[in-house]
Amino acid sequence: MSTQPQKIVVVGNGMVGHHFVDEMAKHEGYEITVLSAEDRLAYDRVHLSEYFSGKTADDLAMTTPAYYNEIGVNFFTNAKVTNIDKAAKVVTTEAGETYAYDKLVMATGSYPFVPPIPGKERDHCLVYRTIQDLEDIQASAKAGKVGVVVGGGLLGLEAANALKELGLQTHVVEFAPQLMGVQLDKDGGALLRSMIEGIGVQVHTQKATNEIVDGEECVHRMNFADGSHLETDVILFSAGIRPYDNLAREFDLAVGERGGIVVDNYCKTSDESIYAIGECALWNNFIFGLVAPGYTMAKVTADNIIGGERQFTGADMSTKLKLMGMDVGSIGDAHARTEGCKSYVYSNEPDQIYKKIVVSPDGKELIGAVLVGDTSEYDSLLQYALNGIELPENPDGLILPSSGEKPTLGVDALPDTATICSCLNVTKGDIIAAIDCGAVDVGEVKSSTKAATGCGGCAALLKKVTDHELEKRGVEISTDLCEHFAYSRVELFHIVQAEQIKTFDLLVEKHGSGLGCEICKPAAASILASVWNDYILKPDHVSLQDTNDIFLGNMQKDGTYSVVPRMPGGEVTPDKLIVIGEVAKEYNLYTKVTGGQRIDLFGARVDQLPAIWKRLIDAGMETGHAYGKSLRTVKSCVGSTWCRYGQQDSMAMAIYLEDRYKGLRSPHKIKFAVSGCTRECAEAQSKDIGIIATENGWNLYVSGNGGMKPRHGDLFATDLDDETLIKYIDRYLMFYVRTADRLTRTSVWLDNLEGGLAYMEKIVKDDHLGINAELEKQMQNVVDTYQCEWKTTIESEEQLKRFRQFVNSDTVDGNIEFVTERDQIRPAQGEEKKYGVKIQAVDLTPA
Amino acid sequence: MTTENTWQTICPTSDLVKNSGVCALLANEEQVALFQVGNDTVYAVSNFDPFGKANVLYRGLIGETKGDIYVASPLLKQRFVLNSGVCLDDDTFAIKTYETRVTDGKLEIFG
Repeated sequence: MSTQPQKIVVVGNGMVGHHFVDEMAKHEGYEITVLSAEDRLAYDRVHLSEYFSGKTADDLAMTTPAYYNEIGVNFFTNAKVTNIDKAAKVVTTEAGETYAYDKLVMATGSYPFVPPIPGKERDHCLVYRTIQDLEDIQASAKAGKVGVVVGGGLLGLEAANALKELGLQTHVVEFAPQLMGVQLDKDGGALLRSMIEGIGVQVHTQKATNEIVDGEECVHRMNFADGSHLETDVILFSAGIRPYDNLAREFDLAVGERGGIVVDNYCKTSDESIYAIGECALWNNFIFGLVAPGYTMAKVTADNIIGGERQFTGADMSTKLKLMGMDVGSIGDAHARTEGCKSYVYSNEPDQIYKKIVVSPDGKELIGAVLVGDTSEYDSLLQYALNGIELPENPDGLILPSSGEKPTLGVDALPDTATICSCLNVTKGDIIAAIDCGAVDVGEVKSSTKAATGCGGCAALLKKVTDHELEKRGVEISTDLCEHFAYSRVELFHIVQAEQIKTFDLLVEKHGSGLGCEICKPAAASILASVWNDYILKPDHVSLQDTNDIFLGNMQKDGTYSVVPRMPGGEVTPDKLIVIGEVAKEYNLYTKVTGGQRIDLFGARVDQLPAIWKRLIDAGMETGHAYGKSLRTVKSCVGSTWCRYGQQDSMAMAIYLEDRYKGLRSPHKIKFAVSGCTRECAEAQSKDIGIIATENGWNLYVSGNGGMKPRHGDLFATDLDDETLIKYIDRYLMFYVRTADRLTRTSVWLDNLEGGLAYMEKIVKDDHLGINAELEKQMQNVVDTYQCEWKTTIESEEQLKRFRQFVNSDTVDGNIEFVTERDQIRPAQGEEKKYGVKIQAVDLTPA
Repeated sequence: MTTENTWQTICPTSDLVKNSGVCALLANEEQVALFQVGNDTVYAVSNFDPFGKANVLYRGLIGETKGDIYVASPLLKQRFVLNSGVCLDDDTFAIKTYETRVTDGKLEIFG
């Protein structure tokens, strides 16, 4: 058709309105115009509370003017529609602009309901809905100490979290007897309450607010129907939503008794040319207050406009979310209201876990569930419920703590219609289709189906389904490093060693293909460094180094670096400490003591690094390799030199070990600690290598970890003398360096190693593989060829040329800006850059 | 908005780092990341990482996938194809690209 394009006008640019635009823009022959009453384009309301944990309005944006321009969408902000002429098919905005339409899509969303309480319009009585609301809340919170949220539903608790993040003493006031009454049953609600109170948010249920008046201690006093009262400075109303349907009312579209624009299965209103989607739409007498059903409506509408037959047939309202760090899930008939249904309940008070499943009267199908404190079974329970999969004989096994065999739902059992990603409505069948069309890994399935690109909660399930389907087709799940090398890291390590390969170029020429990538280059750089221990910024190696290594510093979010001089065992002379202080002062660096017993200086520009390091090196210090996948620190207590309880000189041992292994490049970072007695002040059992002094020598612990997944180190050997201790560490570490996958810590490596700890004991203690002499020799080579990378760098004119922002100018990057907080610098964020002063609301500086 | 684009002389080609990046400042204050790939090709793209919102792309790793040569942001590793500016991880993002040429051993950018 070469006729005029059809004119589509969209009223409202929330998440659903934007999703519709995205869907519609995929089709040719339509001219799309967006009219938004707000002053900004669509943003992510689901993650609104992250605005208070540092996200900016820009971070929350779902689209940009540039993007709408690029896809050819006309858009107008501050364009509130005030008139719809259904006969002439024209809408008019407040400013008097008119827009003709062939199809009109109402995506006006909803507004927070504020109960008619006398005093509700007082200052600092707010709602929680838009970015503007957040800014108002921030401003109000600044002046107050106490905050109350009226409404203990899902959104109310989100809002309470926001108040808490703003540093207010937070209360939740709920009319009903429990929290989250829609999603949770009584016991689940009770547990959630005690968990929330446990983190300092006070909950008041069965409270009806009669009036809000002047307070004595605070700005307001809320008087409740039961005679009690509560004083507060800020009040947020979060008592449900109401659809924005005033345009529909005014211009005679059918609306529901309690509001909402009535739509049919095609999302059409009572007017043939007008659609309504999202929270303003009333389908089957129901308003869907979640984003996923809104997205489905957007899709259905776009499909209907182009002549398709898709229908909206309701949506699953199951939810899984984290509220103030607590896991909560709800599926289907959570309250067990279906006649004849039966429930199974698991309750664990000490660990604060409550789980309930509701099954059909015949016991064959799962129809509902409540999960509080542990939602790890949510995904498989949801699949049972959505797909009517027959339950195992003892359904309670699905929620009981795993003691041996737990009936797990194999992905094979899922029908093709099973929804895997509910945000973007991707089924198992869609994934299979993507694989049939040539997708060969999770990444490709993701980019062709868009699964797991919404909230990401289905990522693990997506991987399971994909891997399973690939395996079924005989595709081996690849252990290849990346598309350039058909080898694992271990295999490449052997190749480099056996063939004496010293550069990446030679490695890729002989054993790989293409130019390499951000996976194989740093992996190869690490292997080459472990084996040959060359200076990592040599011309042959410089292009392989990752973000931190390439400028020998830890890059921070604004592109500046942190500087960490080595401080073996945490020992430092006053003179060196003074130099560090002088340098920090001269270059205005944010200064912090690290967890590894040394000092970190933040905010150095790339062009400042060489001069800073020269000062430190001239004062007798050297690089701390804080940027490297290499030995970080050997933490220590003072041991027998000072401590009344010390058994051995842990300080001297820590310093010796740090000096020995510094500069060792490895698959991931390595941390050590040495404690002088069993009191374990250095926390050695949480380190890759942990050493605890005994009366007779040293106990060696291996593969401990703090961080993301804590693991206590395994006791490897007891009462070792100094010499044996060093030998064991040499062998253990070098075996790890040789055999671990890239970016794998010693803890995960050992857990995945066939034979585990016993196998390592056989290798290290009994020389089971006959390679101990070789491992020791290799480690000795690393020790003997150590150099301070920063010393080498500042002595090389060629290297220094790289440390500047511009190759053709001495100016510095004007985008790097700081503001002052607690008497030190920190990166300016968002609008602070525009104004040059700190505008974050939370100031926790003690008065 | 600004004056017409012209060829601007930036630096001797010997100042480039093979298979890695350097950064140039244009007359209109735009920052350009320059990557010499192999011996002969120099790519020029905007130095601003639209995800991390910092001027850092020149410090990223150069990679290649199925013939596309890209830089991976040093901040969060989003990949941008060097000859088109398109982001491989989110095609709603693209960065500006510039033409380059070498005259008498000096690198020039059209911008």
